[in-house]
Amino acid sequence: MDKIITSRRSMVGIAGVSVLSAAAIGVLGNVPALARARGKRPGVAAHQGDIDILNVALGLEHEAIEAYQIGAESGLLEKGVLDLALLFQGQHKGHRDALAGAVRQLGGTPVNAKNRADYMVSLNIAAIHNQTDILRLAQAHERGAANAYIGVMPSLGGRDLAQVCAKIAADEAAHWSLLTSALGDKLPGPAFMFG
Amino acid sequence: MQKLQTPAPWIVGLVVAGLTLPATGGAPHTPGLQGDAARGAQVYAANCGSCHSLDANRVGPAHRGVFGRKAGTAPGFAYSPALHSARFVWDQRMLDRWLQNPQALVPGTRMGFRLGDPQRRADVIAYLRQLSAAAGH
Ligand code: HEC
Repeated sequence: MDKIITSRRSMVGIAGVSVLSAAAIGVLGNVPALARARGKRPGVAAHQGDIDILNVALGLEHEAIEAYQIGAESGLLEKGVLDLALLFQGQHKGHRDALAGAVRQLGGTPVNAKNRADYMVSLNIAAIHNQTDILRLAQAHERGAANAYIGVMPSLGGRDLAQVCAKIAADEAAHWSLLTSALGDKLPGPAFMFG
Repeated sequence: MQKLQTPAPWIVGLVVAGLTLPATGGAPHTPGLQGDAARGAQVYAANCGSCHSLDANRVGPAHRGVFGRKAGTAPGFAYSPALHSARFVWDQRMLDRWLQNPQALVPGTRMGFRLGDPQRRADVIAYLRQLSAAAGH
């Protein structure tokens, strides 16, 4: 656990959180082209299915950002774990920006985050008492998110959008494996840990 | 694999029989697949748990009691117009079709998530069904 946290810390130093959102916006470079290509039927209706799916995904990112925020403000996290949480949160913000941008480019309106009180209930924050509880919540959330992205890919109208989801799913899977390792859990033996 | 591509006639027969059972019938939609509620709980946590909880509306509606409930009626959840105006009850067959491809079953729904594996669908449906039974639905 210590080793992981230490190495993450040095990575935080190299990557820098501010670089992340720029990189995430770059991920959607092809979306305007995509919108044009698929826009033979003009208007939002042509993309409504994709817009809805991306907005649901955006809702997951809002929830993740808030979960890490609640964790960060809880005072329950050691410094190394806090750094890790903030790094992951920064990447979720990158996903949020990317998804919101894609929704707009398809002609839709990105959903907003809910308020803190709603997340306190929906994430069952009352059950959180220590650092391990927070790590477990994050671990479950990251696994669910990776699986959610993988599961919606076949429903998306374009491969470019599916690729965006694959990129995000890979980030969530990386978060999950670091959290799993930090918690000292064993990795599953069989192939296809996700999906 | 081969078998799946060219189903034996008796399998086809069973599928047809399954489809024609009354909607509330207990026969599994995919023949030969018995759902296991305990495995289904794990499938649920890993695959549905990012968007759904049993007792809270999240990105998706709360699920306790959904088996046997009319579609689009979890209190307080803002459904898509499509699911809101759906006129069916969630049973084995409808849930199986939904999880294969929600937008094919209810065009215009906002759930795009698909669970491709029939066994895991059977397991998660068994889990939802058990919860409904326990809740007295
Ligand atoms: C990516 C997010 C996401 C994932 C993952 C997901 N769902 Fe959903 N689900 C939704 C949304 C959003 C709705 C509401 C759809 C609407 O309003 O059109 C929904 C609706 C439903 C409904 C209809 C409920 C009702 O009250 O009529 C069922 C049943 C359901 N989901 C089952 C599942 C199961 C089982 C899984 C896991 C195998 C799952 N979902 C995974 C987002 C998701």
